[in-house]
Amino acid sequence: MKLIVGIVKPFKLDDVKDALKDLGVHGITVSDVQGFGRQRGHTEVYRGAEYTIDFVPKVRIEVLVDDADTERVTQALIETARTGKIGDGKVWVVPVESVYRIRTGEAGPDAL
Amino acid sequence: MKYDAGNITWVLISAALVMFMTPGLALFYGGMVRAKNVLGMLMQNFFALGIVTVLWAVIGYSLAFGGTGDFIGNFEFAAFKDVATTPPPGLDALPVPPLLFSGYQMMFAIITPALITGAIADRMRFKAWVWFIAIWVVVVYSPVAHWVFSPEGWLFKLGSYDFAGGAVVHINAGIAALAAVLVLGKRRGWPQHPMPPHSLPLTLIGTGILWFGWFGFNAGSALSGSELAVQALINTHFAAAAGMLAWLVVEKFRSGHATTLGAASGAVAGLVAITPCAGFVGSMNAIYIGAIAGAICMFAVSWKMKFGYDDSLDVVGVHLVGGLVGTLLLGFFAESVINPDSGIPDGVFYGGGWGLFGDQVIAAGSVMVFSFVVTGVILLVLKKVLPGGIRVDAEEEESGLDLNEHSETAYAYDRV
Repeated sequence: MKLIVGIVKPFKLDDVKDALKDLGVHGITVSDVQGFGRQRGHTEVYRGAEYTIDFVPKVRIEVLVDDADTERVTQALIETARTGKIGDGKVWVVPVESVYRIRTGEAGPDAL
Repeated sequence: MKYDAGNITWVLISAALVMFMTPGLALFYGGMVRAKNVLGMLMQNFFALGIVTVLWAVIGYSLAFGGTGDFIGNFEFAAFKDVATTPPPGLDALPVPPLLFSGYQMMFAIITPALITGAIADRMRFKAWVWFIAIWVVVVYSPVAHWVFSPEGWLFKLGSYDFAGGAVVHINAGIAALAAVLVLGKRRGWPQHPMPPHSLPLTLIGTGILWFGWFGFNAGSALSGSELAVQALINTHFAAAAGMLAWLVVEKFRSGHATTLGAASGAVAGLVAITPCAGFVGSMNAIYIGAIAGAICMFAVSWKMKFGYDDSLDVVGVHLVGGLVGTLLLGFFAESVINPDSGIPDGVFYGGGWGLFGDQVIAAGSVMVFSFVVTGVILLVLKKVLPGGIRVDAEEEESGLDLNEHSETAYAYDRV
């Protein structure tokens, strides 16, 4: 099993979610995050005083998948999140040792 | 009936309107601080409603309006004795019952020290604020109110004019704010670290409440349901509108965007500047005064960066500077025909010469010197005698006033 982690632009979240649903993904976890990459922050002006905000808001998407689905889901995530502009984000895949469903105690791919 | 019901009604409503300005101010400032300090800010303002009310009854009103001294009142109305039956010296022809007059004036005494909270935001111990406001309202506000508002006061007798508190409220609180931040010091990390407002919607709601309440502040200062009150209300609204527009225009050209905080600040700047003038100038002149204040205050809020004093929410830039603009412009725009009963002479623009302007300069200058020095002394003494001083320590400042001073959190969104 694999954990696919994507850091994407917030406005792309709906597209990504729909694409993953269409692929039959059973669940995703989403959180608001902030950070910096090659995309610069932005400036805000309050009563004439400029503030540079270094961190850019992004959405972090986590998906647990079976090994066989990894490539398909990863590619779908990349394609739907892409705008072609700087700041589109990153996706990485990490191996997962074990997964359990808390309600039933099922383990492994059955728990996905 | 001894008093006209229309007069009583309007001043009763005005007292309630001015009372509502302090919660409005709390929101105006509360939205501008960071989320960890919003309760600290709201509390400093709400607390003013409690402590100043009691002190006003016990001694404040008497020191402001009792007696015939030039510089301070006496104890004739101490513990609110005889207030309901005896008009203050020099105010025998008061158009409303003296009890109503004292209550209306009380609302001014409450909001004036509350204005200072914007400068000292995020770093003063609540205990220190309690001591400070209690002392300040008695030894700074009451004497200054006596000088200007009591017909026995030396600035009143000199011939300076202040319709609703340009000097007594705004210059007084604004210069006290400057003294306070100089004694208190900067917030940790200012100005290197951004400290942006946590909720501009709160600030805009607060601005709306202030604007609304200001009709009571200025038009109520006519102390009558009269044509003068009508003129003052129109002037108040005109100046607020013009102040907002002027600030936005300057802001748009200086930094590229018309901001909501700019709209709020410009309206307040216009309201501050029209305060001393509201019952002495014509309607179009109120627009000019508001616009001049909006534009000047837009520049004045950046002085703190240049000179390095952390006037956190621009009490100096908006209230001191706006109060000065209005107090001094009255010397130019005053028209005796607007308010003949007051005896105000014409200003420079109406052929009255420089006499009034000169008296306005003396009034503004003397209030500034007195308030600055006494405020500074109060805080220096408190810094010495209060255990723990007047500032929260570094760790408490970092985690916020709400948790450390009040053991509460404003926004309990996080469940973990």
